[in-house]
Amino acid sequence: MSTQTYERQNPAFYALLVALIVMAIGPILMMLMTSLKLNVDIMSDTSSLIFMPTIRNYETALCDFLWYEAPHIDFCDKTFGRALVNSLIIALVSTALTLILGCMAAYALVRFRFMGRDTVSLTTLVMRMVPPAVLLVPVFGIWTFQFQIDGTRAGIILVYVAMNLPFVIWILQSFIVQVPIQLEEAARMDGAGPFGVFFLVVLPLIKPGLAAAAIFTFRVAWNEFLLANALADRNSRTVPVTIVNSMTEFDIDWGVIMATGMLLAIPPILFTFAASRQIITGMTAGAVKG
Amino acid sequence: MQTANVNRLTPYLFLAPAGIIMAVALLYPIGYMIYASFLDWNPSQRIGEAEFIGLRNYLNLLGDAAFRESFWVTLKFAAIVVTVEMLLGVGLALLLDRNIRGMSLLRTLFILPMMIAPVVVGLMWRYMYHPTVGIFNRTLKSLGLEPIPWLSDGNWAFASVIIADIWQWTPFIFILSLAALQSLPQSAMEASRIDGATGWQQIIHIKLPLMMPVLIVTLLLRLIDAFKVLEVILVLTNGGPGLSTEILSLRISRTASEFRELGEAAAMSNVLLILLMILTFAMFAYSKAVEIRTARLRAAAEETAI
Repeated sequence: MSTQTYERQNPAFYALLVALIVMAIGPILMMLMTSLKLNVDIMSDTSSLIFMPTIRNYETALCDFLWYEAPHIDFCDKTFGRALVNSLIIALVSTALTLILGCMAAYALVRFRFMGRDTVSLTTLVMRMVPPAVLLVPVFGIWTFQFQIDGTRAGIILVYVAMNLPFVIWILQSFIVQVPIQLEEAARMDGAGPFGVFFLVVLPLIKPGLAAAAIFTFRVAWNEFLLANALADRNSRTVPVTIVNSMTEFDIDWGVIMATGMLLAIPPILFTFAASRQIITGMTAGAVKG
Repeated sequence: MQTANVNRLTPYLFLAPAGIIMAVALLYPIGYMIYASFLDWNPSQRIGEAEFIGLRNYLNLLGDAAFRESFWVTLKFAAIVVTVEMLLGVGLALLLDRNIRGMSLLRTLFILPMMIAPVVVGLMWRYMYHPTVGIFNRTLKSLGLEPIPWLSDGNWAFASVIIADIWQWTPFIFILSLAALQSLPQSAMEASRIDGATGWQQIIHIKLPLMMPVLIVTLLLRLIDAFKVLEVILVLTNGGPGLSTEILSLRISRTASEFRELGEAAAMSNVLLILLMILTFAMFAYSKAVEIRTARLRAAAEETAI
């Protein structure tokens, strides 16, 4: 039987599938809908499905990037725009750094075999277990008093890179093991140095692994709240921090906050649709292969 | 001779940057935290000025009713969510392990809740739990029922937090068990079918035992993550009402930032870390044991084949 033919199933199965899909994405759709509503519509008692969509909430959130004047904004609160820039810089830089360093380390561990695979997988597991809440106190203390990099983007990037490295090294290892050593030997014959072999031969071959690792790292750096909250000052706040801050206000502006939430959710959603296969590989690699 | 030197140094050159960063920003803080848990330390002091008070932080924790409460809440939360998610996730995987159209779309959509920021998940659910405009109370009202105090009553708040976590993490179990199911040997399945096993018998006697190693690792992974949940609860209830949803991570962050007791927060972190360490080693030992067992079985099988 080829994979293209499907078994015919009881209609109840399709009903179940549809119900599951609705449950999985219902809350996300609801957030999207709310972000497109005016506060009058959000708070009204009438049906919530029929309304005039508006992008006003997005205009309010992103007011400092608008190239035109939105008539409904009398005061532009730049907090969110600044946080978005911070989040982008922090997430992109820490992803790039983690990947470069992680790749090199994984390659060294596989090819020059100085520690067993067991040591590395145990370290990964141990590091996976450390909750950000546990790092909160020491990282705050050290960053403030010893390194004096609290309140800077660099400080936040440093924590994120360190937090993500174990997982990235571990997942890339399983991809590098599959690169045939003959290819590398051939390149070495042709006169490539160890760095040349690594960058020109190995890296292009492990692109799928790199994609999975990049998505997982980006996700952590983009979504993380607790450490960013402890380390950031007014100018280096990330989006999750601003969202939580505006949730504690007495009068929550649901429309705008849903718009900011949506903006924070969009990159992970795009990645999911673009690379769900790699994400599932990354997720299952830990448990299924052992 | 110089090239030989370079070659010998290469592994260290490749490994050094990652190693240094992890040592400075991961291992050092953890060591620092263990040390800080023996200090009476508040955030305005440098660590050198803090007073060494031995085990007093830990003794304080033992006597602290609020800490015991939040420890208990954490255990309860983890036990309930992991049990429910395992049952639902494995059940759905067994049910949907068929070659049907739309499966890959379902899997893609199922990952979404895990990819979105926990802060945003909290935000969505807080809106849905809203006492007047949230969808749940709206539906109840249109059915003529009493609205439920989702986040303002202790027991309901605990249930609400659990529901949100189940929504977010059941897909994780589902995807892992589905992967396990699809990698089962087809021969065993066919053999049992020929022997006339019913669907249920197949599940109980063949599929579940064969999936067991993956299921146990999944369970432990999920359990570890359940102890790390923080943001969703922070946004939904901030630990309240009272202490009804104040899990340990939240307690740590509040002790550090609101009560300004860094030493005590560090001691709590240590307790949490030890708990998770035990789980992690259990998991590692289990997967090693399975590996050794399969290796021995394979060796035995090869011997009999010869």
